[in-house]
Amino acid sequence: MNQQTRFLETIGASTENALEEVGGIAELFRDCLGVLASFQLRVAEALAQAYTLGVGSFSIVVLTALFTGMVFSLESALQAVQYGVGSLVGGAVAYTSARELGPMLSGVVVAGRAGAAIAAELGSMVVTEQVEALHALGLSPVRMLVVPRLVALVLMLPLLTVMADVVSIGGGMWLAKQIAHIDYPTFIDSARANVHIADFLRGLIKSACFGLIIALVGSYQGLRTRGGAAGVGSATTRAVVTSIIVIFVTNFLLSYVLYGNHP
Amino acid sequence: MSDNIYARLENVSLSYGDKHVLDGINLDIVKGAITCLIGLSGAGKSTVLRLLNGLRTPTSGRVYVEGVDIATLHKKELVKLRQQIGFAFQFSALFDSLSIYDNVALPLRENTSLSEPEIHTLVETLLSTVGLEQSAQALPSELSGGMLKRAGFARAVIAHPAMVLYDEPTTGLDPIITRLLTDIIRNLQIRDKSTAVVVSHDLESIYAMADYIAMLYDGKIIAYGTVAEIHSSTNPFVMQFIHGEIEGPIHVG
Repeated sequence: MNQQTRFLETIGASTENALEEVGGIAELFRDCLGVLASFQLRVAEALAQAYTLGVGSFSIVVLTALFTGMVFSLESALQAVQYGVGSLVGGAVAYTSARELGPMLSGVVVAGRAGAAIAAELGSMVVTEQVEALHALGLSPVRMLVVPRLVALVLMLPLLTVMADVVSIGGGMWLAKQIAHIDYPTFIDSARANVHIADFLRGLIKSACFGLIIALVGSYQGLRTRGGAAGVGSATTRAVVTSIIVIFVTNFLLSYVLYGNHP
Repeated sequence: MSDNIYARLENVSLSYGDKHVLDGINLDIVKGAITCLIGLSGAGKSTVLRLLNGLRTPTSGRVYVEGVDIATLHKKELVKLRQQIGFAFQFSALFDSLSIYDNVALPLRENTSLSEPEIHTLVETLLSTVGLEQSAQALPSELSGGMLKRAGFARAVIAHPAMVLYDEPTTGLDPIITRLLTDIIRNLQIRDKSTAVVVSHDLESIYAMADYIAMLYDGKIIAYGTVAEIHSSTNPFVMQFIHGEIEGPIHVG
């Protein structure tokens, strides 16, 4: 077998794997919709997951957003003042936070924390036969395990994004005053003039989609875990890597569709 | 299928890729009796249990439960069937985020319309029967191996299933706990007048509880009979296995 054939085979196998994963995740999503449509949501479990996955991610999202907002302000404020456009810094920081930084940072951080936790927990349940035990009891793992996590993340990620937006803009505003002497009213006026409520709302729509992606990818990878501890580790890694890649791609597509700067 | 047969495997084969686990086996599970499956590790005994509640699908052949070919069941019917069959897993498979009480109560909460006070009464009574009343609020990680097995039994039988499947219920436990678990299996079967299938290597325990014994070897049922029949069998495979001899027709490795 020559090198070209091997290369083509590798491409073919990778494509097949990727399509299999897309199909599996789509099937899982369909099953989740079926559970929700039949009003079988386990509300108490969804609330518990919202606390574990959402509230538990609060501090890391806030810290990440705070320092990213401050870095953005640090990079832009001094130069903006030099060019005499210091009054635009507030708008730039708020615009970027609402549309991109808030949703993306929350999504990526939660993918790393909650996505990994979902894949690891479900993967451990698979290798210790707990998922098989659910089947044996006549219970659906999708209803018992996946849907509560999905609902929790779809609801919590927009809330985390609101916090990320506020903290990122607040951090940027504080640093702009410290290093470039842009006072708070100027910063706020600029933000209000350049950013509309629709920008924030679209950011929240994006973050809800990211929550859906993290829950589905994490659950899918967890539930198809094979082998022991090594299998759980691989599933966790795949869940985080896949979620982050899909979040970046989806972010581009949603920005293109939602912000509509195209013919 | 006669009235005294609860389940039947008819010419069942099962393969995982190139590996043939079961090769055309036929086995009747007698209603209201305890049938024990014996055989070497990897002989396919646990697979037989999973075939009986539809967790595995045979590559060929038929599995009948109460006269119904389970391959013909729709998803909802299969779920109903599983709710009538208890399964006690080898490593208990208790949900580690739930207390022992909640693990045992789960099938009732999810599959029945019983009120919480009714569930409480049933769970407390059963936990007392298996000697776990003091550990109801403990998490599975806080219990010993024998206690986990008992909790797994309780979860398997809480809904009074028509058949209970036990996967290696006494493996790795000391003789006293083994005897205790053997008595529990027998007592629960008498209490519910249920059918039981037990996979085990523990011959002493099997002799104490079994009504029928089937031996699996090389993907086939090579012996089937009452305890007395198996014990007095002249089949060289059976003799080698029950006497634990290294030399003989069974090749290990």
